Amino acid sequence: MEKMGKSVSEIVAELGSEKGSLLAILLAVQDASPENYVSEAAVNEIAALMNISRSMVYSTASFYSEISLQARGRHIVRLCINAPCEDAGKAEIQKALEKELGIKLGETSADKLFSLEGVSCLGVCNMSPAMKVDDKVFGDVTPASAVRVIREIREAAKQ
Amino acid sequence: MTTLQKIKDFDKVFNFGSYDGSVSLEEYRMTGGYEALRKVLQDPQAATEEICAAGLRGRGGAAFPAGTKLKMMQTNVETERYLVCNADEGEPGTFKDRFIMNHIPFQLLEGLTIAAILAGSSNAYIYIRHEYPAAQAMIRQSIAEAQAAGLLGENILGSGVSVNLKIFSGAGSYLCGEETAMLSSIEGKKGRPRVKPPFPIESGLWGKPTLINNVETLANIPVIIAKGADWYKGLGTKDSPGTKLISLSGDVRNRGLYEVPFGTTFREIIENYGGGMKEVYTLKAVNIGGASGVVVPPEELDCPMEYGVCAARGITIGSGAVYVMDERRSILDNVQNRVNFFLHESCGKCTPCREGLRQAIRIIERVLAGQATLKDLSNLERYTKCMQEASFCGLGQAAGNSLLSSLKYFRKEYEESCVDSAQNIRERGDMC
Ligand SMILES: Cc1cc2nc3c(=O)[nH]c(=O)nc-3n(C[C@H](O)[C@H](O)[C@H](O)COP(=O)(O)O)c2cc1C
Ligand code: SF4
Ligand code: FES
Repeated sequence: MEKMGKSVSEIVAELGSEKGSLLAILLAVQDASPENYVSEAAVNEIAALMNISRSMVYSTASFYSEISLQARGRHIVRLCINAPCEDAGKAEIQKALEKELGIKLGETSADKLFSLEGVSCLGVCNMSPAMKVDDKVFGDVTPASAVRVIREIREAAKQ
Repeated sequence: MTTLQKIKDFDKVFNFGSYDGSVSLEEYRMTGGYEALRKVLQDPQAATEEICAAGLRGRGGAAFPAGTKLKMMQTNVETERYLVCNADEGEPGTFKDRFIMNHIPFQLLEGLTIAAILAGSSNAYIYIRHEYPAAQAMIRQSIAEAQAAGLLGENILGSGVSVNLKIFSGAGSYLCGEETAMLSSIEGKKGRPRVKPPFPIESGLWGKPTLINNVETLANIPVIIAKGADWYKGLGTKDSPGTKLISLSGDVRNRGLYEVPFGTTFREIIENYGGGMKEVYTLKAVNIGGASGVVVPPEELDCPMEYGVCAARGITIGSGAVYVMDERRSILDNVQNRVNFFLHESCGKCTPCREGLRQAIRIIERVLAGQATLKDLSNLERYTKCMQEASFCGLGQAAGNSLLSSLKYFRKEYEESCVDSAQNIRERGDMC
């Protein structure tokens, strides 16, 4: 999925500049960024457009796990780390993904295509272990199926 | 029409059946959907009384009587009011609200619309966690369809009553499931909890009266109104009427979501719904109520799922997550996983929770490394009790549940790893 690349001002205009729109704006700005994050420039622009302090924007942005203030990969691979998935074999999947991507949990691959993160329960514990790649959730994941998902995305990105 | 027959099974509150798509607006209306809304518009007073008489209690964890909360809203003189549907479903091991949103979205929307009308809230939000993009999309589309059909939005069914519903996306914070933290989050701030009282029904969103209810609570409402409190009470027990959605996971044969009448024992849930243990291994422990719930041994499982009895026995029904562990599972690893989860989700606003969790994880790591002493265990118990009693919000108050229950029922597992346990001293041949 290619990023649409909406500008910060377009997003603020669309969602409104009332205070209650801040979280939605941060998520939308992050979604529009090819590097899946809210940059310092974006923080400044949001603050100016909403007429609030930069520290207010940072305070909200830094509180939420799903908002990143650091550049990340184009695709975010999130591995569920809660007990039901842990017991169902999360460690082996993590190992397989780390090997395939050449990075550790919490890092971004050298080609900037993937970031690997831990995430709290994805609400599919009836299919543990689970992972989420961008907006898609995968249940009953095996080390082989996890690697297959990564390779498919890599192939698609080459085209 | 096989799919319709499945969802027509009316002995339950939720009619997912084995239906694996989503129930369309047309199908929902063909099976009696939105009849309750019509009734409510004709006689709102009777509808409120029906909800009270049914004894419906909040399904988000705290089990507060839903009718009482609704009536408290009605007596407030402020006319600008809000309704917030809590669809944050952050409790690890829980997936019931996702099922409702993905499969029976209109049952939720009807319940939400009814609650908003009865509470006098013309503005409503549904706060859906960011981890559920499919549910967000389904609810967004369903809102549009309900609006187009005159069932939501301006002038509902020509009654002159309006309910404007907006989706609000969370951003990966478990704490935002706590009602006052959720309000802060909707206001654009960090999701930190606020002091209670004032409760949200008095001063909630933007300082205005706000009714907050869980997805499952709201989805019960149309059925209660359509079929009556007496029918509903016939489903559960005297203490806890109705049914509970149980998210069953772990080492059982059939993991999944089940609608279970109150009064069913936890053993029956595992045996009859879950099909018993998955492999040849025996049952070791069950975690009831998610990460903030308790860990109990098999002997406790004959307890009926009922608010009164469970509270008396220290069992937290909570969101209805039941996670089954067989003999291969380590209690300590599980508890460590939970404490790590809370440590990550704690907002750090108050010391008992912030420091209590940090100390707890240090001690557990020592136990796992075989370096702890029995004194560490009694300290762990003391710190945890303090955290439960002195924490500012429900996160810190509940974070100790799995710790304390595991120390109560599985103390041996902790002690086996302590350097100064009688057994280890004996094995090393130390002289006393
Ligand atoms: C840390 C914490 C997390 C919570 N998470 C949720 C949640 O994800 N969903 C929910 O409905 N209630 C959650 N609650 C309970 C809410 O604060 C509140 O009691 C509930 O939404 C009220 O709705 P109900 O009366 O219909 O249950 C949580 C509470 C705490 C303390
Ligand atoms: S109990 Fe924990 S989560 Fe709640 S306010 Fe205190 S530090 Fe924050
Ligand atoms: S614990 Fe992993 S999906 Fe619920």
